[in-house]
Amino acid sequence: MSTELPLIGDYSTPTAELSGARIGVVTFPGTLDDRDAARAVRAAGAQAVSLWHADTDLQDVDAVVIPGGFSYGDYLRAGAISRFAPMMDKIIDAANSDAKLPVLGICNGFQILTESHLLPGSMIKNDHLKFICRDQVLRVENDQTAWTNGYTAGQEITIVLKNQDGQYVADEKTLDMLEAEGRVAFSYVGWNPNGSRRSIAGISNAAGNVVGLMPHPEHAIEAGFGPDARGTDGLTFFTSVLTHLVGGKK
Amino acid sequence: MPRIVVDVMLKPEILDPQGKAIAGALPRLGFNSFEAVRQGKRFELTVDGEVTEQILAQAREAAETLLSNPVIEDVVNVEVVAD
Repeated sequence: MSTELPLIGDYSTPTAELSGARIGVVTFPGTLDDRDAARAVRAAGAQAVSLWHADTDLQDVDAVVIPGGFSYGDYLRAGAISRFAPMMDKIIDAANSDAKLPVLGICNGFQILTESHLLPGSMIKNDHLKFICRDQVLRVENDQTAWTNGYTAGQEITIVLKNQDGQYVADEKTLDMLEAEGRVAFSYVGWNPNGSRRSIAGISNAAGNVVGLMPHPEHAIEAGFGPDARGTDGLTFFTSVLTHLVGGKK
Repeated sequence: MPRIVVDVMLKPEILDPQGKAIAGALPRLGFNSFEAVRQGKRFELTVDGEVTEQILAQAREAAETLLSNPVIEDVVNVEVVAD
């Protein structure tokens, strides 16, 4: 088994359906976690396809991950400049099309998705004003989305949280709507680490193909390198989307 | 060259953690008269030549689309400053 493979299972011979899945990972100037995201995609058994922000070719990918980092140095507002990248125009169109391209935004990727209006609300500076980096327990609130169908609603998972502008805000009407429609995908458990409204850690769009969250599932895919003893709770994001792509949606 | 000044503020209902931190620091320097602080952003768009109505309209559109996020911020002022 090569070191590229996770220690929790041998994914070196994925099933025929999965080995054909191509998952794009977008890189902007200042993106940090594209390599980890691509590695998580491969660990789940799919092919990672590098997408450059200034290109306009989606390269026939079946899903897209917008990874974390500090694109454009968080200048203006986190995600505000990246949102207007040529590649984002393509992703926004594909996510809203009948094909409903699955899109996952992690941390800065989540911020880019809210700036793109693919997801409602916005992120502002953490209420305590400090950068935070910790193992964070989340509760899976919605196990029906393209990126969460491998979890069970109510399940608690531990993945890494690391950000400066992580306080999720939206008006009361939007928050009520998100809760009523089951579009809160993840909530913080035990402690609200950044002052997010209603302890929201991640949300989805109405169709469930677009999911954004502040914590980082791609840093919790391999035993020994993630949080706590196992540290592999994040891998299910990347296997869920494969299940979704082969039509195994719940 | 004339400039178009755009001022952007967080919406009143959005908590401003940075403003709050500044408000906490003021009394330590002896400035005791201020109840609260809200921090905003000022943009200066320099124009080569005369600021026409069309250019001003462009500035207003840029203010609403890129310079501010309508979910959390308001454009509170767009004005021309001659040099």
